[in-house]
Amino acid sequence: METTAHTAPPASKIKVSQLNFFYGSYQALTDIDLNIAEKHITAFIGPSGCGKSTLLRTFNRMYDLYPGHRATGEIMLNNNNILDPRQDVIALRAKVGMVFQKPTPFPMSIYENIAFGVKLYERLSSGEMDERVEWALRKAALWDEVKNKLRQSGLSLSGGQQQRLCIARAVAVKPEVLLLDEPTSALDPISTAKIEELVNELKADYTIAIVTHNMQQAARVSDFTAYMYLGKLIEFDITDKIFINPGRKETEDYITGRFG
Amino acid sequence: MDALDHALEAPQGASLPLSMSRSIPETQLRRQHLYDLVFRNVTRIFAFLVLALLIGILISLLIGSWPALKAFGPGFLVSHEWNPVTEKFGALVPIFGTLVTSFIALLIGIPVSFGIAVFLTELSPLWLRRPIGTAIELLAAIPSIIYGMWGLFVFAPVFGDHVQPWMIEHLGPVWLIGPLFKGAPQGIGMLTAGIILAIMVVPFIASVMRDVFEVVPAMLKESAYAVGATTWEVVWNVVLPYTKIGVVGGILLGLGRALGETMAVTFVIGNANRMGTSLFAPGTSIASALANEFTEAVGGLYTSALIELGLILFLITFVVLALSKILLYRLAKREGTRT
Repeated sequence: METTAHTAPPASKIKVSQLNFFYGSYQALTDIDLNIAEKHITAFIGPSGCGKSTLLRTFNRMYDLYPGHRATGEIMLNNNNILDPRQDVIALRAKVGMVFQKPTPFPMSIYENIAFGVKLYERLSSGEMDERVEWALRKAALWDEVKNKLRQSGLSLSGGQQQRLCIARAVAVKPEVLLLDEPTSALDPISTAKIEELVNELKADYTIAIVTHNMQQAARVSDFTAYMYLGKLIEFDITDKIFINPGRKETEDYITGRFG
Repeated sequence: MDALDHALEAPQGASLPLSMSRSIPETQLRRQHLYDLVFRNVTRIFAFLVLALLIGILISLLIGSWPALKAFGPGFLVSHEWNPVTEKFGALVPIFGTLVTSFIALLIGIPVSFGIAVFLTELSPLWLRRPIGTAIELLAAIPSIIYGMWGLFVFAPVFGDHVQPWMIEHLGPVWLIGPLFKGAPQGIGMLTAGIILAIMVVPFIASVMRDVFEVVPAMLKESAYAVGATTWEVVWNVVLPYTKIGVVGGILLGLGRALGETMAVTFVIGNANRMGTSLFAPGTSIASALANEFTEAVGGLYTSALIELGLILFLITFVVLALSKILLYRLAKREGTRT
């Protein structure tokens, strides 16, 4: 791995060191070390199966749901090792929100989709809840489109709207970190542009990690980019540096499409 | 295939347009049309056969119960008299017994099945899933008479000696539900029948619930976990609403079995045309009344009254089905998929 020192690096929100990840006996991540900058966007790129989604899913311990999946090493979030078995994963996931490859609205109304996560942790009056739902929907640039049909099913929205609903849902619980796992892979270009714009606005308040298959997307939205291959972090640097002047031959081959 | 190969080999400059050149021989086409016609009509006949059977059964039940319908009218439904000697018949007691035992069965069976299904799909280690799943399927395959015998010879004595006295002592004095647990601990009775039925419906409901829970997309569940929900919150708020049609279907399947179950209930319900407040009292259900009395039914009116019982069971099932459809419709409406 090669990292060029950048001038005045921003504070790190997540510090990953010596992270290894296993699906049963298969090792999916090997010795990952990297820092994710607070209130910046870090993109993870690399071919399918390189481990970028796996890495993202260690940040909220989503892998805990599946028997045989385990991680070793250290991931520090707010100076607290989240891989520690004593870490409460429920509390962790309330702090680290996630949006998935496909829109996954819950089978309930638009309003309830947002309120669901909030209700798990906060006792709000109905007025406060209304405010929170509106706030989250505005954050996700969806309010104007849905304000008159909050009682309708979340499934009645278009794909792009559903994905913004999912972002609103993640934002509503006021997390510190947002994990986006290929959030636009199932969307059309217009919806994709809206989501990208939204992600750019959200970084003022949140630390964002985004996995993407689309290199232009990484170049457009992110401040830092990590290139991964076969479970290893090959190069991690400022996005402009990665795309204009990559330090490694493998990275250059991948981003210029001369891969393999 | 041959025709296609020839068409592909045909020279570019062939005078026939491409679509014509790959035409299939006329006789083969006609044969295929014939096959398709036969196939479509056969499936249609099978489908209509179901409808015809249903209507046929309904009509024959109506004809068979006509004398009783004429003799007792709607009063049949509310009379608790059942006297073959004076030929006075009323269906209230068997209807009551059927509904109460089925209700007990679902009251116990639904939560247990739900627990089994959640454990199997969400919590169980992988190596345990298959043995438990197989055990449930095997339970579903046990003939009902085995349940009846087991209920009478094994369960009822234990229940009567150890559980019922405890219930009489501790639940008997409780306000409102106390009267349900009074009387002699005989082992058999309405509650025993309900419990045996619960054991019988659990495999049905649990396996349907497990199957529908399994089709919930992993990503949807992960989304709920991702906002910090616990397993219970995910299952209750996301998995269950997502699978509600399948779950209701599974419960109906169980209810259908409970309503119509004959042998097992006949063994343990006590077979007395009595109706009391106590669940320990012996009672009767429609199906067990039919099983017990058809052989001794002499005289047209007696037989006819029994057939009318059958008709009522048929209608109860129909009403339950209709109610569940209405329930699903209202759930969908509340959720906002219909406006």
